[in-house]
Order: sequence, then C-alpha cells, then structure tokens
Amino acid sequence: MEHIDMLVDWSRAQFALTALYHWLFVPLTLGLTFIVAIMETIYVKTGDEWWKKTTKFWMTVLAINFAIGLATGIIMEFEFGTNWSNYSWIVGDIFGAPLAIEGLMAFFMESTFFAVMFFGWDKVSKKMHLLSTWLVAIGSNLSALWILVANGWMQHPMGMRFNPDTARNEMQNFWDVLFNPNAVNKFLHTVSSSYVLASLFVVGVSAWYLLKRREVKFAKRSIIVAASFGLLSSLYMLTTGDQSAYQVAHTQPMKLAAMEGLYKGEDRAGIIAFGILDPDKKPGDGKDPFIVKLEIPGALSFLGYHDLQAFVPGVDDLLYGNDKHHIAAIQQKIDEGKKAVATLKAYKEAKKSGDKERAKAALERFRAHEKYLGYGYLEKPEDAVPNIALTFYSFHTMVGLGTWFLILLILTLYYTMINEIEKKRWILYAALWSIPLAYVAHEMGWIVAEVGRQPWAIQDLLPVGMAASNLASTSVMITFWLFAILFTGLLIAEVKIMTTQIKNGPEEH
Amino acid sequence: MQWTKKIFHFYLDGFKSMKIGKKLWLIIIIKLFLLFVVIKWLFFPNLLKTEFHSDKERSQYILKHLTQPKE
Repeated sequence: MEHIDMLVDWSRAQFALTALYHWLFVPLTLGLTFIVAIMETIYVKTGDEWWKKTTKFWMTVLAINFAIGLATGIIMEFEFGTNWSNYSWIVGDIFGAPLAIEGLMAFFMESTFFAVMFFGWDKVSKKMHLLSTWLVAIGSNLSALWILVANGWMQHPMGMRFNPDTARNEMQNFWDVLFNPNAVNKFLHTVSSSYVLASLFVVGVSAWYLLKRREVKFAKRSIIVAASFGLLSSLYMLTTGDQSAYQVAHTQPMKLAAMEGLYKGEDRAGIIAFGILDPDKKPGDGKDPFIVKLEIPGALSFLGYHDLQAFVPGVDDLLYGNDKHHIAAIQQKIDEGKKAVATLKAYKEAKKSGDKERAKAALERFRAHEKYLGYGYLEKPEDAVPNIALTFYSFHTMVGLGTWFLILLILTLYYTMINEIEKKRWILYAALWSIPLAYVAHEMGWIVAEVGRQPWAIQDLLPVGMAASNLASTSVMITFWLFAILFTGLLIAEVKIMTTQIKNGPEEH
Repeated sequence: MQWTKKIFHFYLDGFKSMKIGKKLWLIIIIKLFLLFVVIKWLFFPNLLKTEFHSDKERSQYILKHLTQPKE
C-alpha cells in the first residue's frame, strides 16, 4: 500500500512538473500570435514601415518562445502511456478524437503558415502574409481548444458510455464532448488569460525600454496595442471566470468549497477577499477554518449560483451530507460505488462462464450504480477532499493578481495615450515586474483546476490511485529529476536567448 | 513541378537567411532527439502495448484492475 501511495505521489509530481513547465511556454504563444497579427494589420492598413519593424521584432520573440516550448507537451503523452496506462485505456476513445484533431491541426495549420509568416516577408503579397499571421494565431488557439476539451471532459465527463466488456469509455455524442460547458468555459478562460499574459509581457518589455530611455516610439506603440488588447481580454476574462465558477459550483462543488475554504455551507455565502487558514483545521471538527478573514457577504452565492441568497455547500456538507439541502454523504456514494465495482465483477464472471441471464442482470445493476463507480475505490470519505490550503491560496493569488493586472493595464494605456507614461516611472517598474507575476497567476490557475479536482482523474469515475500504472516508484523518481533538469535547461535557454534579443532591440532584428 | 520547386526554394531561402533561427533550430533538434530517442525509448514504453498482445488482453487486465483493486 505504501509503495502504491509513493508511486502515485511521484507520478502525480512528475505530471504536475511537466504540465507546469509546459504551461510556461504556451500562454505567451497563444496571446502573442494575436498581438503580432494586430500589429501587422495596422502595418498593412497604414503602410507605415515602423509597424512592420515592430511586428517583426515581436514575431522574433514569438519564434523563440515557440521553438523552446515546442514538443514540451508531448512528454505528457508519453506519461499517459507509461505512468497512466490504466487511465489512458479507460478514456482512450474520448481522448483519441480531440487529440488527433489537435495533432493534425497543429501540424498542418501552424507549421505551414508559420513558415509563410517567418520566411514570407517580401516573398508573398502583404495580404497573403497577413492572412498567414492570422491563421497562425487562430490555429494555435484552436490547438488549445482540443486539449482543453479533453481536460474539460475529465472535470465533467459527458457524451460517453462505459463499455463493461472493453473497460473503455466510448463516445456517444461528439458534440456533447465538444460543447461540454466545462470545456467551453475552460477554453475561453484559458485563452483570455493567455492574452492578458502576452499583453503584460509586451507592456513589461516595452516599459523596460522606456526605463532605459531607448526605442521610445517602438515601445509606446507596442504598449498601445498590447494594453488595449490586454484590457479587453482582461474584461472578458472576468466574464469567463464568472462562468467557470458557475460551472464548478454545479459540477464540482467540493472544488468550489476548497477554493473558498468553506467548511460549513451557508445561505448568502461570502467570498474571502483576504484570509489566512488555520493549518490545524480538519473536516467536521467544528473549528473556525480561518485565523483571520475579510469577507464579502453573498458574493460566493452570487458567483456560484447567480443568486445572492443561494445556499453554497461546504466541505462538511458534501462530506457528511446535508438532509435539508438533499446532499448525499460521501459514505453513501462509497457504498454505491462498491456496489458498482461488485456488479461489474459479477458481470465479468457471468460473461466468462457464459451465463447470459446472470450477465444481463448484473449489467442492469451495474448501470444503476455506475455513476458512483469511482467512489467505490475510496477508502474513507475524507479521501474525497482535495488539498484545501493549496487550492484556496492558489485561487486567491490568481484572483488578486488578475485584479492588479486590470488596474495596471488601465493605467499604462491611459498614461501612454496622454503621452505621459515616461514620467510615471513607478508604473513602468510595476509593468516590468508584472511579467513574472503574470506567469505566477497562470500557474496558480492551473493548480486550482487540477489540485481542486483531486482525488479524481475523471470526476466521480476514476480516482488517480486507480488511474496510475503499477511501476517501480524509483523509475518514476528518476524520470521526474530528468525532466526537472531538461525543462530547467530549456527555461534558462529561453530566458537567455529572449533577453539577448530584447537587449539588442528591434533595430538588430 | 514549378510549384514544388518554388516551395522548395521558399523554404531553402528562408532557412539560409535565418539569424537567430539557426540557433533555435539547433535547440529544437537536440530537444527532439532527447525527447523521442532517449527519453521515450529508454523510459517511456507504452505499458499496455508492450505487455499485452491484443486489445482483448488489455481489456481483461484493466477489468481485473477495476474489479479487484489492490488493498
């Protein structure tokens, strides 16, 4: 048992490391492609060579990020086959379609038009080049769609049916999988936050030029485009964040409770604007979860249910049940899940012995308990609770930084428009230091999404412990460190090449 | 034929005129070698594909795993 726990922990750590590093490269590509497309559009419209120079510089930065980040995500696919082979088999048919489309789209659309975008200046017409730049932007964002459709399905599985003969989920309705509300919101929130990150990156680098009193015209023009794009994206991100919270409240209430450190459910539940959790707090102990907190009353009810008076269940309600609000206890779900496991076993044995009647009866009973299958593998109700402190602090860091970015983008845009940005050196310093903060916010968002859904690999159907392959934990440990070294090397290369390019400036492109 | 020639020269000229791109391509090639040849080959076999010969065997293994979870 200890070996299995250690193996699962190392497998999770390895996947988290890969995803977190991969996610350092992706958002800048998703957003910067649109920023260069907007800049090039201005160039084509005005014919101003300054805009061409500006576009080409940011395109080079994009190329560096794209090249270093390229294929870092493929490691996760290796891990699916080796560390998570049980999971891969069980979800295979659902993941296969979106990932295959992603692969084809990334290869044909991005690769073809990427070449035209970089090699095609002065070789194809201005309009053709511009079209290629926009297609790279759209193509890279559509690639993200397919990955997030797969992830959205894990958070809220739908459009499939479990086949007890093959042990695989089979797709029943492609459109249900594609338009899964969780996936749609996840995609929109992820790409809009990526646009904000890319905008902050451009604004921050431009601020550095202004602080150094060089490339002034270039920097101001870049700020106007990026801050405008970032501001619109930031405002849109607020709506996608609101929709994401609504989805989480309805499909993953335990995650929402963890995000807000809410143990005891309440009507008119508030959002914690600032809070420090009591590290000794345990579910069901009746203690106040916070050492200190500043709360906005009713805001969580509104965020989760679009109703200021709505009841929001807490960890204890979800764990131990709440009769008044018709919430079943996890122990009841575990009992149902055990029946699902037992009837699946009975079905398998009846099929093996050729007893069709018994198999049919067992299958009917399995279908009645199937939606609780995953709970049958939990040892105790408390296993259904994610790491609350990590989810809570990650969520609040993300929201706090997101609010700061909105203010910063308004300030930089306003002072650049009235031509006073150079005098506001504190804003320039704040913009520069907000580049790493944008990455922190992005990683925090990913942690909220993935840690908050624990213990599930597939919500309610498959816990991570059952999803992992039975490997030697030492081999997973070795590859963990191997990836840590490889990715750190890539990150150092990225930062070094990019800073050199930025120091050289647009003239040196 | 004219088209294929044009496309070939488009890429050839593009690669020749690259500045920072050459360094980036070198990084990409080293990275792909490490990922696909070293890491994938040495450490990441597709377990179910290598340990079982057919989908039926794989299904049986997973069903056993799902119905007899290890304690």
